[in-house]
Amino acid sequence: MDSHQHQDEGPATRHRSETTLRVNGKPHTLTVDHRRVLLDVLREDLDLFGAKKGCDHGQCGACTVLVDGRRLNSCLLLAIALDGCEVTTVEGLSGDGEDLHPLQRAFLDRDAFQCGYCTPGQICSALGAIAEASAGHPSHVTDPTAPSGEPVPLDRDEIRERLSGNLCRCGAYPRIVDAVEDVIE
Amino acid sequence: MKTFDYVRADSLEEAADAFAARPGARYLGGGTNLVDLMKLGVERPAALVDISRLPLDTVEELPDGSLRIGATVRNSDLAAHRAVRDRWPALSQAVLAGASGQLRNAATTGGNLLQRTRCPYFQDVAKPCNKREPGSGCGARDGVHRDHAVLGHSAHCVATHPSDMAVALAALDARVELYGADGARSLPAAEFHRLPGDRPEVDTEIRPGEIITGVVLPAATAGVPSAYRKARDRASYAFALASVAVAVGVDDGVVTSARIAFGALAHRPWRARRAEEVLLGAAPTEAAFEHAVDLELSAAEPLRDNAYKVPLARGLALDVLARLTAAART
Amino acid sequence: MASVPTAVGAPAERREGREKVTGTARYAAEQPQPGRLHARPVPATIARGRVTGIDTAAALEMPGVLTVLTPENAPRLAEPDDPTLALLQDSRVPHHGWFVALVVAETLEAARAGAAAVRVRYAAEDHDVTLTASHPQAYVPEEANGGYPARSERGEPDAAFGSAAVRVDAEYRVPPLHNHPMEPHATTAHWDGERLTVHNSSQGSTAVRATLAQMFALPEERITVVAEHVGGGFGSKGTPRPDVVLAAMAARHTGRPVTVALPRRFLPTVVGHRAPTLQRVRLGADADGRLTSLIHEVTTRTSRLKEFVEQAAVPARIMYASPHSRTLHRVVPLDVPSPSWMRAPGEAPGMYALESAMDELAGELGMDPVELRILNEPDTEPDSGRPFSSRHVVECLREGARRFEWLSRDPRPRSRREGPLLVGSGVASATYPVQVWPSTAEARALPDGGFLVRINATDIGTGARTVLAQIAADVLAVPLDRVRIQVGSSDLPPAPLAGGSSGTASWGWSVHEASSQLAARLAEHSGPLPEDGLAARADTTGKADADSPWSRHAFGAHFAEVGVDTVTGEVRVRRLLGVYAAGRILNARTARSQFVGGMTMGLGMALTEGSTTDEAFGDFAESDLASYHVPAHADVRDVQAHWIDEDDPHLNPMGSKGIGEIGIVGTAAAIGNAVHHAIGVRLRELPLTPDRVLAALADRGGKGR
Repeated sequence: MDSHQHQDEGPATRHRSETTLRVNGKPHTLTVDHRRVLLDVLREDLDLFGAKKGCDHGQCGACTVLVDGRRLNSCLLLAIALDGCEVTTVEGLSGDGEDLHPLQRAFLDRDAFQCGYCTPGQICSALGAIAEASAGHPSHVTDPTAPSGEPVPLDRDEIRERLSGNLCRCGAYPRIVDAVEDVIE
Repeated sequence: MKTFDYVRADSLEEAADAFAARPGARYLGGGTNLVDLMKLGVERPAALVDISRLPLDTVEELPDGSLRIGATVRNSDLAAHRAVRDRWPALSQAVLAGASGQLRNAATTGGNLLQRTRCPYFQDVAKPCNKREPGSGCGARDGVHRDHAVLGHSAHCVATHPSDMAVALAALDARVELYGADGARSLPAAEFHRLPGDRPEVDTEIRPGEIITGVVLPAATAGVPSAYRKARDRASYAFALASVAVAVGVDDGVVTSARIAFGALAHRPWRARRAEEVLLGAAPTEAAFEHAVDLELSAAEPLRDNAYKVPLARGLALDVLARLTAAART
Repeated sequence: MASVPTAVGAPAERREGREKVTGTARYAAEQPQPGRLHARPVPATIARGRVTGIDTAAALEMPGVLTVLTPENAPRLAEPDDPTLALLQDSRVPHHGWFVALVVAETLEAARAGAAAVRVRYAAEDHDVTLTASHPQAYVPEEANGGYPARSERGEPDAAFGSAAVRVDAEYRVPPLHNHPMEPHATTAHWDGERLTVHNSSQGSTAVRATLAQMFALPEERITVVAEHVGGGFGSKGTPRPDVVLAAMAARHTGRPVTVALPRRFLPTVVGHRAPTLQRVRLGADADGRLTSLIHEVTTRTSRLKEFVEQAAVPARIMYASPHSRTLHRVVPLDVPSPSWMRAPGEAPGMYALESAMDELAGELGMDPVELRILNEPDTEPDSGRPFSSRHVVECLREGARRFEWLSRDPRPRSRREGPLLVGSGVASATYPVQVWPSTAEARALPDGGFLVRINATDIGTGARTVLAQIAADVLAVPLDRVRIQVGSSDLPPAPLAGGSSGTASWGWSVHEASSQLAARLAEHSGPLPEDGLAARADTTGKADADSPWSRHAFGAHFAEVGVDTVTGEVRVRRLLGVYAAGRILNARTARSQFVGGMTMGLGMALTEGSTTDEAFGDFAESDLASYHVPAHADVRDVQAHWIDEDDPHLNPMGSKGIGEIGIVGTAAAIGNAVHHAIGVRLRELPLTPDRVLAALADRGGKGR
């Protein structure tokens, strides 16, 4: 068993443990409060503010990051439970160079945001959604008679449904769909 | 959120032992509901036993034609699984009708069954709620309850179970497999969740310390035409106002099997046994469907502001029944 | 000079776009500083009464909790103009959710745990949170929000209505609505001796600085308020909110930087909301459809703390020619959270009612609703008699009807069925006043050939940085990329808030003027520029706020097509099209995004958004984003915004009207009218959720048989 309880230490340390995460390719070993969620590790411990806190309860999607390639709400992930995971945030998409990821470029070209607060989550979520569709994951709007296991073509209805976990109060939705279409074409 | 111990279990035995050794422990799966409730102060575990990495993350086709879905299989993988999509489509559809892509990537099969009601009085620790704090009263019965139960509620609790997935499992005669101190056992999914009665704090039949290890979809419902339909306040990413899962077989102009479960109407997925009984052996006509569904819903006791759920559920059920039997009726 | 392309009007890319898509744009809570603390407020759990005791012992024992501020130990503050900011100064609880303590801790987790451990004892009093039109405490205030008289009357509206050939008398209800910008309100505050610096999620930091100066008894020069990136506001960040006062107090008390980021669940209560309105509209017309009487009466609510009156009857003073008219606002003070601005306060709920009533009148008359509106187009502003500086609502209606193919529809209600769906279309007009306030700005020519514009404008997502740079580039006749701009700090030349769709007009005017003065100075200047360049500063006081003899408004028309599922009562908007006449459009790209954004919020108002006041507890039942349904991606399909170019010389040097709010104004009515056209039943209470639509369908079904 992988116990994180250190019996001989005082009560203050029983509730903190070491965890190792790779974030945007870089390993980080941190001693975290068990209560700390990935979102707060990124923002408080690593000064990565791309993932946003919009609701802190999995109800808005602004905190979306990729964990081992899958899009997740980082506000609901206890960091201690992610030991050994690979995390990619919006800051990790464009690499070290000046070049933007094509989806970031498409968001600029399409004016797919206004206030920008939901934007990193939208971008990470869209990348996850594109990968899911090509892996054959259906959505609520996929025709039930479509052959299972085959990649699902992403039309606008599919994009909208798959990105519905990312709220945007500025109402940039149609432009976001445009931007996602740009990179899948 | 108060502090807690954290233990990651590598086997079922370790998990059960760790749980037993720590009063006030909770099992951690995907965490989508548990962490949410911990932040609200509704759940205050002294320890979390992390079972998300137990080797229960596979979907197995069993020799008898049934399908076992491991408890830690993520909802998105369950919904995408070919066997589920091809043979028990209502389950795939139900999962995809719930939550968001991100949440489905995190949420597990077991955790989805164990999620708690979204009743706003339950979620607010400053308000009375018999489910959260037995004896404190029910804020919803005379309060804001448009989303609450119309069937099987009690004076103590009018909450609904929020899961879409569980509704499909109930309709498809799935069984929930459990592991605990007394060994392994299983329960029908339709009987896994309870009605509130005078103990609304108890959501399910699970025993303290027991772990859901998986759910099994039986061969009997494999390939039976099935579907799930849900109505909600916005087009996506919203809990059901009402939903229905239906699996219905028709042979030679007669209903040979009928399984119907409603969601968001009660404290558990509401298996419509009375409707099923009268449909069996009947011709799959609109009149027969109406008779059956009305018979089932005649038990409804709507609250002041949620009577709409009865015609809504009725419409959903009739629509899905008609759709699934359309080919057989022409 | 002629070779420089015109920047204004061009679809220039957002200047801060790259930071936003790469996650490097920093918002107010994202200001790490050594020793920074996090603080979390404790909300009251009663609707009315007093705090009789606060037990902080358990909280203070928690690791990481530094202190708990309560009325007993919190810094004393001068009484603010806005009573919602008088925090931790006394024991009174004016509404559920009022902050009664603040836990200050080393970490977010400790602050949350500490807040949960604070025990508050109350002496609760009976509360009243229920708004009714017949409430005994309802009164007619002096003014409604915006400084409008609460009442207006012309002719003999009751007699004219009584004798009208065709009449509509209908009541409409709009529930409380929440702004819910994606970035929750947040502040990071830091004292350096007697100098205060705050990063604040605000629509206008000049006013925040003034408020802090007054409350903390500091000269304004010792305060800097930064609002560089702001994650939306929609009115709720137009005034200082509790986070900024609490953060400044906690930072002073602890001597360390403090961040207060309000939890999402607290926002409905403490950052304002759109007050619910009960509206009665009476329209009388002659047989040809000409209005003879227009009566719009509104009952709304406010808190015990302050009077805020949603000015929902005001657009009825602008829209239609009618010889007899009355508009009236009544307000009931209740034990509820304080309402405030939410995108198009007044116009959005008011035009929902008025434009629904116009649709009902068109139905009574058997007239096309577009034609009915055109028939009642006034020559001058009906209430004031002032001429319109420009008014192209008719053109918007005609252009929208053409683009939407309005005339191809069968006007009979319930005439289009597609399987289980009933399909309908609807139209509504929109109006929003031109507002402009004095502002200052500085423009500087630099020796390197570049230009720097400095102004404390706030870019809350509107594209203000970009548009102001475009204005300066044009005046200076230089390429856009030569102009740099600084906004979002109270150390910059003072400017009004981003609110009332006034930002671009107000800020742009002063940028225009500063740039013009700079251009003149440059024309006179010979030789190289001095090291710190050549600067000009403008202040539009006396110009921007001068009385105008003109009635100045933006106008628009909305068209909606809906599909109503007869099985579930679910309504989905298939098409939404808006055409606007809002002066000169200064940036086609960002303007379109604002129009579409407003329409999207209107879609939410029509179909998904609604908050309920819990009568037993006095709070909002829908306090999170799982229960308060802002539209999601899947709700928003085909949304198009178009505009008609207006050349209006009576506005400002750019010729622009505001565009941030008009997109929401008529949208809910257009969608509601489309639902009526689809199902043949009129629903008069928003939002049009499945429960209500199903009931209407059942009602209609019963009648039909």
